[in-house]
Amino acid sequence: MIDEIAARFPYWASGLLIAIGLYGMIGKRSLVKKLIGMNIFQSAIILFFIAGSLRHGATLPILLRKDGHIIEPIAPELYVNPLPHVLMLTAIVVSVAITGVALAFLVRIYREYEDLDEESLLKKVRQ
Amino acid sequence: MLAALIVPVLARFRHELGYIIALAGVGLSSVASIWALAYVLDNGTMRYNLGGWAPPIGIEYVVDLIAAFVAVIVTSVASLVIIGTRRWADREAGDRLGSFYSLVMLLITGLVGMIVTGDLFNLFVFLEISSLAGYALIFLGGGRAMLAGFRYLILGSVGGSLYMLGVGFLYFSTGTLNMGETKEILTDEATARSVQAGAAFIFVGLGLKMALVPMHLWLPDAYTFAPSSVNTLIAPIMTKVGAYAMIRMFLSVFPDGYLKDIVPIADALLVLGLTGIIVGSVAAMSQKDIRRMLAYSSISQLAVIAVGLGLGTPLGLVAALLHIMNHAVMKSALFMAIASVRFTSGITQVADFAGTGRRMPFTMGAFTLGALAMVGIPPASGFFSKWYAVQAGIESNQWVVVFVVLASSLLTAVYLFRILESAYLHPLKPEPSHGDQHASGFGKTDLDMPAEVQIREAPLDMTIPTVLLGLATVVLGVFNAVIVINILEPGIV
Repeated sequence: MIDEIAARFPYWASGLLIAIGLYGMIGKRSLVKKLIGMNIFQSAIILFFIAGSLRHGATLPILLRKDGHIIEPIAPELYVNPLPHVLMLTAIVVSVAITGVALAFLVRIYREYEDLDEESLLKKVRQ
Repeated sequence: MLAALIVPVLARFRHELGYIIALAGVGLSSVASIWALAYVLDNGTMRYNLGGWAPPIGIEYVVDLIAAFVAVIVTSVASLVIIGTRRWADREAGDRLGSFYSLVMLLITGLVGMIVTGDLFNLFVFLEISSLAGYALIFLGGGRAMLAGFRYLILGSVGGSLYMLGVGFLYFSTGTLNMGETKEILTDEATARSVQAGAAFIFVGLGLKMALVPMHLWLPDAYTFAPSSVNTLIAPIMTKVGAYAMIRMFLSVFPDGYLKDIVPIADALLVLGLTGIIVGSVAAMSQKDIRRMLAYSSISQLAVIAVGLGLGTPLGLVAALLHIMNHAVMKSALFMAIASVRFTSGITQVADFAGTGRRMPFTMGAFTLGALAMVGIPPASGFFSKWYAVQAGIESNQWVVVFVVLASSLLTAVYLFRILESAYLHPLKPEPSHGDQHASGFGKTDLDMPAEVQIREAPLDMTIPTVLLGLATVVLGVFNAVIVINILEPGIV
């Protein structure tokens, strides 16, 4: 059991982080904490992608040349697949954008009501 | 080839000049997508490799019949709505009109991108682009819209992230992100656990975006409190594109029958859809605010699309696609009509609609046409998509579907005829009991209503698009056979 968890540690970790993130979004009343929960959630998925593309003993996906000839053998099993990393760069940009917009929302909400607690905020808004 | 469609879409990122450029951009992409539809009808599927990289490596844009069909709907409805809500935008966005229109452009760019893309991860990026623009637009409403926008942001981002997680599972099992190639690889080796998990995550993620029933909680608040210029635009098209993405999963990502036989996603869609029809309609009946009522009715109409999809038969798919078109047109007609009513009189409560039928004959006429189409009275368009759904239900012996879809027509009639009754049969009230200040009170969008409320026809540039959309429901209903035979049936084979 423990061996199994240790062997797939990154996946368990990202699963755990997803759970923490979900708890943050559902269980916490503060809007800021909800946002943090969402961030944890997104990071967990990014971790999942990166862990999935991990390969021990592999090298950079760069062709090494000498005098115009490729000197490294081009065997795919010797390279780390770069695509997930590129995708995750995009995903990080997306999540930064979302976080930025969300924080701007929170600033506006706070200026309006001086409050970021969901329940009391709902009460104030309903008035 | 496709550049003609893509260039105006992508070039619109930088626009800050407002209404005219926005309209030109959407109008142009509307023309381009009609042209693309004609092209696809003659020559078959268009493909465009972004950046010149060949498909499995680069990102590919694919426009087949269905993509072109949905793109035409989205861009045409959007351009009519942009014309019609110009005055609302002026009133609501004020000095931030430039950024308002660039958000609108981003929203439509994201939606069109989602429609034409042939790459799973690219779909995620466009999904987030359109959603982000959508959050910000809803947030412009101020007051309760801010809270609704924030909630939508959290839920929408979770949906997007879950979709991305599902794509990750698929990617690690197949090694490709191209939709066509994924389908080929999955046909060979279909039953891996990770693929099934991926399918489930994608289903939940897109379900959140298309407001499938247990995941619909963000929608009513977001639609009710968003500015009128925004909910008129978002309500007809945004969730539709989520539904389209779901259809795309069925058609071109997973092998035929995979989501029905191996992972029971079609069944889940069916059950949730049937629940959604009932829940949405019943909730709509009890609403006092007309925008909230229409939001709940959106949920129930989207559920009809889900049911069509969930049946999994070709006829069911036809029903789903036809209903995407019909619902986009009739919902935009309804939202435009109530935006016009609210523009001149500030009315948002159902009870205050008394007598508007005589004062605003054209607007309420369009509303009536939209409402008839919603209910499914034969010459109007809603009838035919529901008819196909019922037929598909009979064909696959799902009598529950037949019953629920027919019942939904009845329920729709109950909540929409309430408005028609009060608009046409009741005398005009001296003064509305709840003004608009009550519903959207705070911030910059505070509307300066005239002291004495006048109910009269809205300005011409609001009325004409409304009436056009209303008439379109009938025209599309009459010509639905043409659409089904020429576009949808060849498209889904």
